[in-house]
Amino acid sequence: MNHAEKASKFIDIMARFTDYSSKHLPDDILLRLREMRSEEDSDMANIFYDAMFEDLRLAHELSRPCCQDTGMLQFFVQVGTRFPLIDELSELLRESVIRATRTAPLRHNVVEVFDEKNTGTNVGTHIPWIDWEIIPDSDEVKIYVYMAGGGCSLPGAAQVLMPLEGYEGIVRFVFDRITSYGINACPPLFVGIGIAGSAEVAAKLSKKALLRPIGSVNPNAKGAELEMRIANGLNAIGIGPGGISGKSSVLGVHIEQAGRHPATLAVGLSTGCWAHRRGLIRIDSEINYEILTHKGATI
Amino acid sequence: MKTKVLNTPIRDEDILDLTIGDMIYLNGYMVTGRDDVHQRVVLGGKKLPVDLRGGALFHAGPIMRERDKEPGRYDVISIGPTTSMRMESTEDAFMAATGVKLIVGKGGMGDRTNEGCKANKVIHAVFPGGCAVLAAGQVEEVLGVDWLDLGMPEALWQLRVAQFGPLIVTIDTKGNNLFERNKKIFNEKKESAIAEINTHLHYHE
Repeated sequence: MNHAEKASKFIDIMARFTDYSSKHLPDDILLRLREMRSEEDSDMANIFYDAMFEDLRLAHELSRPCCQDTGMLQFFVQVGTRFPLIDELSELLRESVIRATRTAPLRHNVVEVFDEKNTGTNVGTHIPWIDWEIIPDSDEVKIYVYMAGGGCSLPGAAQVLMPLEGYEGIVRFVFDRITSYGINACPPLFVGIGIAGSAEVAAKLSKKALLRPIGSVNPNAKGAELEMRIANGLNAIGIGPGGISGKSSVLGVHIEQAGRHPATLAVGLSTGCWAHRRGLIRIDSEINYEILTHKGATI
Repeated sequence: MKTKVLNTPIRDEDILDLTIGDMIYLNGYMVTGRDDVHQRVVLGGKKLPVDLRGGALFHAGPIMRERDKEPGRYDVISIGPTTSMRMESTEDAFMAATGVKLIVGKGGMGDRTNEGCKANKVIHAVFPGGCAVLAAGQVEEVLGVDWLDLGMPEALWQLRVAQFGPLIVTIDTKGNNLFERNKKIFNEKKESAIAEINTHLHYHE
């Protein structure tokens, strides 16, 4: 296969995978939703869970985006330095988004700042947003597709605390945001927390925390314990599906951290809605692909 | 919790007996309207190009597909509720200006909308968030669209719906607000959850 054929095949795969990701939730999210539904015993909460699962069934059957808000496209890319399409990767992803927008179809969700006009294509200034990690001595690429909906982006926030405010300050920050803004963001929510030395690092880590599969834990034992305690605490509040109240509140809580400055303790928060549309695909140097988040998926 | 079917045009007496937590289904006329429609009507002072008296407003920005051979005719692909709270600052004025009787969205609305619902005899209800294909199946016809210059999500789509729901009443005409009540409960429970976690945060030597 020559270079141009590889590029064309790559666009095709990524367009189809983006299309697919708008219509099917990843396995870990589905499993957790099923567990939460089975634990629920209030009538109103179950009306919501029934509607959610019926919606997913229809989305699959009719091949339609399960939520009308197909979000802004974000790609979290781990690209090998020897991946053959590394130079044009960002242009190819942009093309994939334009194509998936027509095929799925995805909602037009990119409004240019200051011009206040919807581009109508789902691409625009710096959009799709691409987060880069360069992997040495590798000739493949791993790409997370993430659809960042408006509702579940609204609770997002970052703040730089003073160290003496402590981890207690972080816990307070997270709980305040979730109880005041999270109830409108299509719970049960997936809560991502970043802890670092400055606002932008904490914010970015908080989103990366939502890429990890549910059930995985923070590599630091104290971090893993805090994930569990915050999840238990939020569940005890009983926000329920749609904020209507119920037995639990969150799909999970994940924390990612970076070293902090001695004088700062920054916290970032990102939330994912119950329809957490996150897909992971691996593509090798011959542009063969493997989907890692949706078992048995055909695109 | 009672269940009731509403048909447009909705009259005051159809909704006065509804209470928060009741379940309703809607038949009839509904338009979509979110941030920009409220901006135009309430802040921009423009007249809504449709008659919404007795009708329903859906806080929603759908995915629509124009028919290949019938330009200007659309089919709905996916249409779920959007966050109602974004319209809080303008919803009371929107009600007064349009005569809408049912507002459907996602999540709660605040005191200002609560007062507006009481004064104008309007109810707010939620459709389960994210359930956009389910909702699309309950739209019988896309009757038309205005203000398409605002873009697909923000335009004023006119719909005929059948058995649209489940809708849970979250603000009734008597001043009750389900989400504000829930928020109080959540905030009380929050304090004890935080206090418990704080007993385990001894990371410093």
